[in-house]
Amino acid sequence: MSEKVIKRLIQDTRAFDCVECGKCTSVCPVTRFNREFAPRLLVVKAMESPSIEALAKERDLWVCTTCAVCSSMCPYKVDYTEFIRGLRAESALLGITPECSQGGLLHSMMRIMGKGELKQRRLDWVTPDLTVAPKGDIYYFTGCAKHLSTVFQDRKGLDFGGVPEAAVRIMNAAGVVPAVSNDEVCCGHDLNWTGDENGLAALIDRNLAAIKATGAKKVVFTCPEGLRTFSVDYPAMGDEDLPFEVVHLSQLMAEWVKEGKLKFRETKAKVTYHDACRLGRHMGVYDPPREVLRAIPGVEFVELENNRDKCLCCGVSGWVSCDANTKLLQMEKLKEAKRTGAGTMLTFCPKCQVHLNCALQDKIPVDRALVDIPVQDFTVFVANALMR
Amino acid sequence: MGGEAGAAGTFEPVVVAFTCSWCGYPSAVLAGVNRIEYPPGVMIVRVMCSGMVEPAYMMRAFEQGADGVIVVGCQMDNCHYMTGNKRAQERVDMVRVLLRTLGLDDRRLRTEWMNASERVRFAQVMNEFVAELKGLGPSPAVPCEEKA
Repeated sequence: MSEKVIKRLIQDTRAFDCVECGKCTSVCPVTRFNREFAPRLLVVKAMESPSIEALAKERDLWVCTTCAVCSSMCPYKVDYTEFIRGLRAESALLGITPECSQGGLLHSMMRIMGKGELKQRRLDWVTPDLTVAPKGDIYYFTGCAKHLSTVFQDRKGLDFGGVPEAAVRIMNAAGVVPAVSNDEVCCGHDLNWTGDENGLAALIDRNLAAIKATGAKKVVFTCPEGLRTFSVDYPAMGDEDLPFEVVHLSQLMAEWVKEGKLKFRETKAKVTYHDACRLGRHMGVYDPPREVLRAIPGVEFVELENNRDKCLCCGVSGWVSCDANTKLLQMEKLKEAKRTGAGTMLTFCPKCQVHLNCALQDKIPVDRALVDIPVQDFTVFVANALMR
Repeated sequence: MGGEAGAAGTFEPVVVAFTCSWCGYPSAVLAGVNRIEYPPGVMIVRVMCSGMVEPAYMMRAFEQGADGVIVVGCQMDNCHYMTGNKRAQERVDMVRVLLRTLGLDDRRLRTEWMNASERVRFAQVMNEFVAELKGLGPSPAVPCEEKA
């Protein structure tokens, strides 16, 4: 049984095509500091002993950050990330799950959202100066920025709590009134990447029902994880395509900038941009955020040394296996950002912000002046630069 | 697990009580030794310090069907580990905000600080908490059919 499942996974992810060139290992952020880890070794292990019981207990299955840099560099397009996700789902069926940061607090909340009969207070952030509607063609998916900002309220320098407001402010400035829904739940990204497909399925049902009720034809995301989960995992879990189009806010912003709908004021800042893996490598959205930054007068935009599909990972995904190597990885990332001379590093992903901010809070074995660069939310930055 | 509407329509709330090893738990033990009655739905979980009750523990209790969660530790400024109870209060305050956003009444989560021998007060606190939960009804975090 388990042998069959593994063989299918290997086939589906084209792992048989591997020619052992080792590119995946040479670019893997985990391998950099953990010499025993290699994405393709896990596939080799799976082929040698196709038993999920054995594989699930492999530490390597859980230390992968699923940043997909391996898959994007692979000349034969082996989908290691999906292979790992599939194996994790099988492990979870056996009851083998990882120890998560925050002790799985966010996973618990997602499961409650999936099965509970709750009257949420999800739209508390809607202030009178924002224009939103209960129905409309364009739907804005709030995501978990607000939950995360509560969980990390005692962290200094995190500012993603204002993301939903900022997103709506930008849409309003472009003349768009987005629909929002109080019945929406988390997208289920973290459950998906820790193997809880049942939990994900429950959330999918609720989200699709909530969005269908608004009659939306287009769903807009600010969070890269939500975007990836909706466009890849939702159709894969269900039998049919989504009844709406899924776009990232940066894509819309780039269009609006070209059409002259968004006007910015002079904003003096030197910034760099971190391509979150879910937005870049998973979804292929690289240019729109850069186009938006270049449209803001006064903003000097510098690229990171490793940018676009080679962008270094923030170290953790789905709250799984944050360890000593993760911290080294994050230091690398922050050092690179600091070297650009930028005053701020912008990114869309709230989790990247949490992780990099966490690295800065810790007592780090590095000269602080080398890594001390604030990580800010892209959406909030753009909303602040809008012409008032 | 989980509070259930019985045949007679009575609802017996399930409470997870995280009690610290130095004050909360001894009080619970003394209440038992002295045969002071408190509701049967109260499940005692002994922890070394109230400060080790992570937000995830509280949320997990709700996920698995608890109707209420209470953290019982030493009196403020009298924690066996100096500041554990302060940490616990901060964490409870944070989780209460999360509960509100989720749509769970934040009265379902509370703290209580006591000395090591407060058997009567322990039973009293549990009685009061369970009475309050009865007023709030079963937790909506878990659907009724799962609670059996």
